[in-house]
Amino acid sequence: MDFFLQLFFDYTVRTVALGAAVLGLTSGALGTFAVLRRQSLLGDAMSHAALPGVVLAFMLTGSKSPLVLMLGAAAAGILGTLLMLAITRFTRIKEDSGLGIILSVFFGFGLMLLTFLQRSPAANQAGLNTFLFGQAATLLERDVVAMAGLGGLALLVTVLFWKEFKLLSFDRDFGQSLGFPMTLLDILLTTLLVIAIVIGLQAVGVVLMSAMIVAPAAAARQWTDRLGIMVVLSAFFGALAGISGALISSLERGLSTGPVVVLAISLLVLVAFLFAGNRGLAWQWLQRRRRRRRLQLETVLSNMLKLAEQHEDLRHPHHVAVLRAMDYGRGGVLRTLAVLAERGDVVRVGEDTWSLTEKGIREARASGPRSTGDGRAGG
Amino acid sequence: MKSAASLSRYALEVTDLTVAYQEKPVLWDVDLHVPEGNLMAIVGPNGAGKTTLIKAILGLIEPAAGNVLIYGKAYVEQRHLVGYVPQRGSVDWDFPTSVLDVVMMGRYGRLGWFKRPGRQERRLALDALDKVGMADYAGRQISQLSGGQQQRTFLARALVQDAQLYFMDEPFQGVDATTERAIITLLQDLRSRGKTVIAVHHDLQTVPEYFDWVTLLNVRRIGSGPVREVFTEENLRLAYGGRLAFINGQHQAAVQPDNAPAG
Repeated sequence: MDFFLQLFFDYTVRTVALGAAVLGLTSGALGTFAVLRRQSLLGDAMSHAALPGVVLAFMLTGSKSPLVLMLGAAAAGILGTLLMLAITRFTRIKEDSGLGIILSVFFGFGLMLLTFLQRSPAANQAGLNTFLFGQAATLLERDVVAMAGLGGLALLVTVLFWKEFKLLSFDRDFGQSLGFPMTLLDILLTTLLVIAIVIGLQAVGVVLMSAMIVAPAAAARQWTDRLGIMVVLSAFFGALAGISGALISSLERGLSTGPVVVLAISLLVLVAFLFAGNRGLAWQWLQRRRRRRRLQLETVLSNMLKLAEQHEDLRHPHHVAVLRAMDYGRGGVLRTLAVLAERGDVVRVGEDTWSLTEKGIREARASGPRSTGDGRAGG
Repeated sequence: MKSAASLSRYALEVTDLTVAYQEKPVLWDVDLHVPEGNLMAIVGPNGAGKTTLIKAILGLIEPAAGNVLIYGKAYVEQRHLVGYVPQRGSVDWDFPTSVLDVVMMGRYGRLGWFKRPGRQERRLALDALDKVGMADYAGRQISQLSGGQQQRTFLARALVQDAQLYFMDEPFQGVDATTERAIITLLQDLRSRGKTVIAVHHDLQTVPEYFDWVTLLNVRRIGSGPVREVFTEENLRLAYGGRLAFINGQHQAAVQPDNAPAG
């Protein structure tokens, strides 16, 4: 307990946590649109492309003030995006390859500039390479103020253009036919995405920032079918992962924040994929199991009826082996018969022979003509 | 010239419309004059430019040349008179939103910037859903809809646009019999209220039954006018090339599956 209290009253830690929360909120909220518009890879390319921008901004101005570096990052990110669009438009190269080209060329160039700087005598370049994997502990109050200002602005614009952005994401052509300038809205939304990425670069780093765009939204999508809830939830997940990642990484000196944040958000995604209602794997597995059980009951019942109809007396007993054969030897026939007996649909007549009851005959007829092989869909 | 045309109340006038992707023309010098109050089918083989024609008229594709008038004026001035039903497959039906929400999008144009849909939009959307037989599905997540229900959702969205001239891209594509009947009833209802509907249509058999005006298209305009005059064996042969199998008589025709544009 003391430890946590200390966390919340420690000035540095509070700054770090606030910064991480801002970056998580913004990237989570705007990442939702990127994911829904199938632009997850664009986020990745943008964040990698931002690296040379950060280094160049420092080389040109000699300043490490957050706004200058963010501006450089944003300029490079936008330039990369525009180049990517130009490549796909004017050459035969497809979008995925275009993204790959931009990502690797820009990132490679950025790395080269970074190593060049490190060997130069200018002393105050130290700290720039935290932009690779992020270092939340280096966040200062002025950084957080800049992040919060930009992030707040991005979120405000998102709320303001909510209806238009929804239209853009769902049905762009229809929006255009209504008279909304979809290309401009696209540019605006993409710019907001750049802002969300740029905000997180110092804390999470260019390499892993795209996880903060994609993962919170992917997790949120599992839990809800409403865009509004998805954005809020995604922002919450982003903030949660950001804060926990930043705090854990600042406990240990030299522990990069990016990887820790990614681990935190991955955990949230894993939980969502497994346990979310409707879409979660666990829930789907349960559903499937229930369906299969029911199907098997019906199949055995109708198989018995089919056999019975070959005799004068519908209550003619049948051997389990025959039912097993009719079920393609999938097994579980005895267990199914036990369940049916409990419901009063069948009775055990001999050692291995069972027969339908009146109720069983009625139910078998009611459930309709199901052939022996129909059970496959459930398996 | 323009004043003469607008006197006779054309819902849509297209002159010299040409669209090209890179060098290749997709639509070549197309002229159309559609009087108001008609249901018009646009038919032609795959790759004939049917969808492109609609998109070019709506300004979704930049035409290389040509002029489009809606009720005698440029499209940008008459946008509020136009409703649009895109191809069902053009959107992601796994998008996290509800049927009612999609239908209310039809009001976004009237709402303008920043304003959110409110009670009135809700009411209009529910009315429209009722008209297409989807009243019970208003709250449904759109990924749970069948193909026919998706189509009817799109139609309801166009209805709340309260337009005079509707463009529909393949409204009958892959829908069930219930939906097909619902759409026909809807089209007839629109016509009786003086609206004009222009629909891309694939099933030649039903053209004379569902529509009263037709445009045959294969990059160039083959013919356009009342079904009785234009929907002839000769014109169909021109539009579809030799790949048309005629079953007894003039207007009963079926197209053999073929994906290549006619040579």
